[in-house]
Amino acid sequence: MKKAIVFKNVKKNYGQLKAVDGISLPIEEGEFFGLLGPNGAGKSTLINMLAGLVEPTAGSISAMGFDVIKDYQNARHSLGIVPQELVFDPFFNLREMLRFQAGYFGKGKSNDIWVDEIIERLDLTSKASTNMRMLSGGMKRRALIAQALVHRPPVIVLDEPTAGVDVELRQRLWSFIKELNKEGHTIVLTTHYLEEAEALCNRVAMLRTGKVVALDTTSNLLKKFAAKNLKLRLSSKKIINLSKIIKGINFSIDRDFYTFELRKITDVTKIISALNNSSIDILDMETVDQDLENIFLKLTGNKN
Amino acid sequence: MNSLRDQLLGTWTLLKKELLRFWRVVFQTVAAPVITGILYLLIFSHVLDGRVEVYEGVPYMAFLIPGLIMMSLLQNSFSNSSSSLIQSKIMGNIVFLLLTPLSYIQLFFAFLVSSIARGMFVGICIYLIAIFYIDLPIVYPWIVFLFAFFGGGLMGAFGIIAGVWSDRFDQMAAFGNFVIMPLSMLSGVFYSIHSLPLFWQQVSQLNPFFYMIDGFRYGFFGQSDVSPYFSLGIVTLFFIVLSFVTIKMLKSGYKLRG
Repeated sequence: MKKAIVFKNVKKNYGQLKAVDGISLPIEEGEFFGLLGPNGAGKSTLINMLAGLVEPTAGSISAMGFDVIKDYQNARHSLGIVPQELVFDPFFNLREMLRFQAGYFGKGKSNDIWVDEIIERLDLTSKASTNMRMLSGGMKRRALIAQALVHRPPVIVLDEPTAGVDVELRQRLWSFIKELNKEGHTIVLTTHYLEEAEALCNRVAMLRTGKVVALDTTSNLLKKFAAKNLKLRLSSKKIINLSKIIKGINFSIDRDFYTFELRKITDVTKIISALNNSSIDILDMETVDQDLENIFLKLTGNKN
Repeated sequence: MNSLRDQLLGTWTLLKKELLRFWRVVFQTVAAPVITGILYLLIFSHVLDGRVEVYEGVPYMAFLIPGLIMMSLLQNSFSNSSSSLIQSKIMGNIVFLLLTPLSYIQLFFAFLVSSIARGMFVGICIYLIAIFYIDLPIVYPWIVFLFAFFGGGLMGAFGIIAGVWSDRFDQMAAFGNFVIMPLSMLSGVFYSIHSLPLFWQQVSQLNPFFYMIDGFRYGFFGQSDVSPYFSLGIVTLFFIVLSFVTIKMLKSGYKLRG
């Protein structure tokens, strides 16, 4: 399959700080790819280098086969970038802004039908002639997405597109982005919302201090990092030292609840037998699916 | 692929947007400087007309008008590119341009031409109002045009440099207050440098604004303090140097791309 984006040993240093430290990452055409990581992990720096807003210290980046520095004009034709900040031009209305943006890419009057179609699909038709200053935050967010689409790029990069938007709008944006992916666009999404990556992305890369700490399909990552957890409520009076009774299985404690990380299904028998032998009563029991958030926290070491 | 047609349309789109940007606030960008220019004209000509004759056979009011036109043209050419860039940088919408395939040459061209257009438009408005008061034929229209074009271009390029360099509005204001305003006021708009002591005549000749005003005025009267061809050479040289610096800045991405 053709590569939509290729990061090759990309580095970006700001003085002593290594914001991006040797990232190599191919993204296939048609993928829905997620970039996850805590603040300062290097996600936005990576996107900014792809967009040509920041020059890498070392390495190379290509979009649809075009080097983003040496062949920046063709690379930028291939990319539709939705910036993280809610920026807008206060002199113009939404339709004008979109037409100007299309014009910068050499799209003339014949593209106006497409501009109006995007406006409609993003539910902004009633605001098409409204000055950008007068739009709400959610509308401005949708306008930014529209702006990234005006030149029909094959690759769309969304830098935290649902940050600060309400639940309803988030769902609408999710379904719109999914539609774009079904239509054949490659989507690259950076997000803090792990449920967003879990719900949308086929593959994710987790970043920490400028490095990729995990790269796999979302389903493989979920499988790889423990299938399930066993959550038990125990009679606390009889517990002296649980780690001596149940050896080799990690657990965490939250009040009366003990959550055990299951490596294999026989771990359940092992835990229950050990508790029975120590005369510790099980008051309640449930199994919990591992989610991306737990994996993310383990890999990034972020306890918050 | 980014074809030549795409590039031409891209440049035209940015130029159109820049023209529309100042047209949307025409009271601020055109009406205000025109009124300021006319006020200068009325006040100075009221006080000095009939008492001062700078060139033989040229009333003071007539002498004043080309200087005021050129001063407004230069200030507004500077304002157009500089204010557009600083506003875009502070609002963050400069990113819309930086994400496009527009090259540094296309950016330079669009910002420069829109600056010249605004400067010339303000200048023409002042001229059209002034000729209600006084008969002011233009002896050499092509000289007037050349000085207006290169002067406006020079200041448009300087405006791009100031807009790219400045991070805050007060830094931008410093360019206007401490560079543009003193240089334009001391350029011979209101007087001939021959009326100054020798030392200040020599100092005036270090001011590039003096050559822009003096050469432009030659186009109206066929009289000037120094040779108009020398002035045109100086103005063209400054235009080329500033354009070169501007293009180098835009190409390097200085203060625009990290």
